[in-house]
Amino acid sequence: MASGALVATLLSPVSDGPPTLWEWLGRNWDTGRVDSIKNLLVDHLIMSLVPIFAALVVALPLGLASVRWRWLYQPTAGVFNVIYALPSLPVFMLLIQFSGLSKTTVIVPLTFYGCAVLIPSVVDGLGSVPDHVRQSAVAMGFTPLRRLLQVELPIAVPVVLAGMRVVAVSSISLVSVGALIGQGGLGMLFTRAYQNPFVPPALVGIVLIVLLALVADGLLVLAQRLLTPWVRARRAT
Amino acid sequence: MNWLLEFFGKAENWSGSGGIPMRLLEHLEFSVMALALAVVIAIPLGLLIGHTGKGGLGVVVTANLARALPTLGLLVLFVLLLGTASILPVIIPLVLLAIPPILVNTFEGIRGVDPELRDAAYGMGLRGGQVLGRVLVPVALPLILLGLRLSAIQVVATTTIAAYTGLGGLGRFVIDGFSTQDYASVVGGSVLIVLFALVVQVLFTVVRWVTVSPGVSQRVKTR
Repeated sequence: MASGALVATLLSPVSDGPPTLWEWLGRNWDTGRVDSIKNLLVDHLIMSLVPIFAALVVALPLGLASVRWRWLYQPTAGVFNVIYALPSLPVFMLLIQFSGLSKTTVIVPLTFYGCAVLIPSVVDGLGSVPDHVRQSAVAMGFTPLRRLLQVELPIAVPVVLAGMRVVAVSSISLVSVGALIGQGGLGMLFTRAYQNPFVPPALVGIVLIVLLALVADGLLVLAQRLLTPWVRARRAT
Repeated sequence: MNWLLEFFGKAENWSGSGGIPMRLLEHLEFSVMALALAVVIAIPLGLLIGHTGKGGLGVVVTANLARALPTLGLLVLFVLLLGTASILPVIIPLVLLAIPPILVNTFEGIRGVDPELRDAAYGMGLRGGQVLGRVLVPVALPLILLGLRLSAIQVVATTTIAAYTGLGGLGRFVIDGFSTQDYASVVGGSVLIVLFALVVQVLFTVVRWVTVSPGVSQRVKTR
């Protein structure tokens, strides 16, 4: 019955002393203030989803160009490799001079980190198109644009989405570093926990961020299933 | 630019426990310590799992979960739970976050070695350990080094953030400067950390160039 007692303590609405995890969560979920957990969650979603999709929008043309003009790939990949190695906090700090203490200051570097992962994914994805498939498309009279849109990109989807999964999960957890410049979404719970000092906000923050990351990851896996139905069909036979 | 001149021109920034040389040494010390501990744990484990093929799924799941863990949250949590009497509460999360990239890449590197190559090594009479040491590790070295590089990048970044919880290192300039609105310190510290990270990056490129066999890196055409 120890676990039952534990659940009871965790869920008990009123208790003396410091609030339990659940009490704290319930009390701070929707206070109507800017820093309620609900609002922080929304901020967190904005600051992580925008870079994920912005990175895709930037990486697709750069990746395509790198495949079309091979000599472009080494320098492009090299530049983004260097950017990827830059620690996020000093980059945020240096950007403050240009974009202030705003969400943009977090979104821009995360977009660049995302590109560093996605450009190789796009290039490898297009490289994974078998030569006979490409040649069949040419023989069937596909124009280069139609070949790209209807044959090559769909085949590249699994590799690109694998890259997207890495970008999504790491963006969602990296946003929290923004808390050190006051723009961290759920990461604000960590600075709050440290300043007060009080454990529940830190735990709630970690759990919510990991959950968000798992949900995003799951959605991308689902997207891959829907976008590449032939993979399962082939396995079934 | 003025901020940079102010920061690097100030004499007191070049001496004492809060000076640039000391902070740089601290940053190096914490990073090397965390990376070394992670290497000692992750490389043997990765070699073992890759060589025996057991527990591979666990590695992949752990790695994905670890990527989702927010570094700042982990640092704060450990410091709140264990106190700040020693630097251990800060070193533990640093090591925890440094392990997955090394572990996964070591594992993938060993797994990914062409089975024909491995069989040929056994066929030549090498034993399990010899196959690992003389064939699998050299062939997997580029990936193992990639894991080390990713991990080192991660450690340098996390050590910066750890300054928030009272650890020394270059992050102090940035975080203390930010809270006292001393932007010369913020910008100067940021530039120092960025340079530090770039040096680490270059270092790993050089190590890779020196240690990876020319045949493996395809600098030499083998056929």
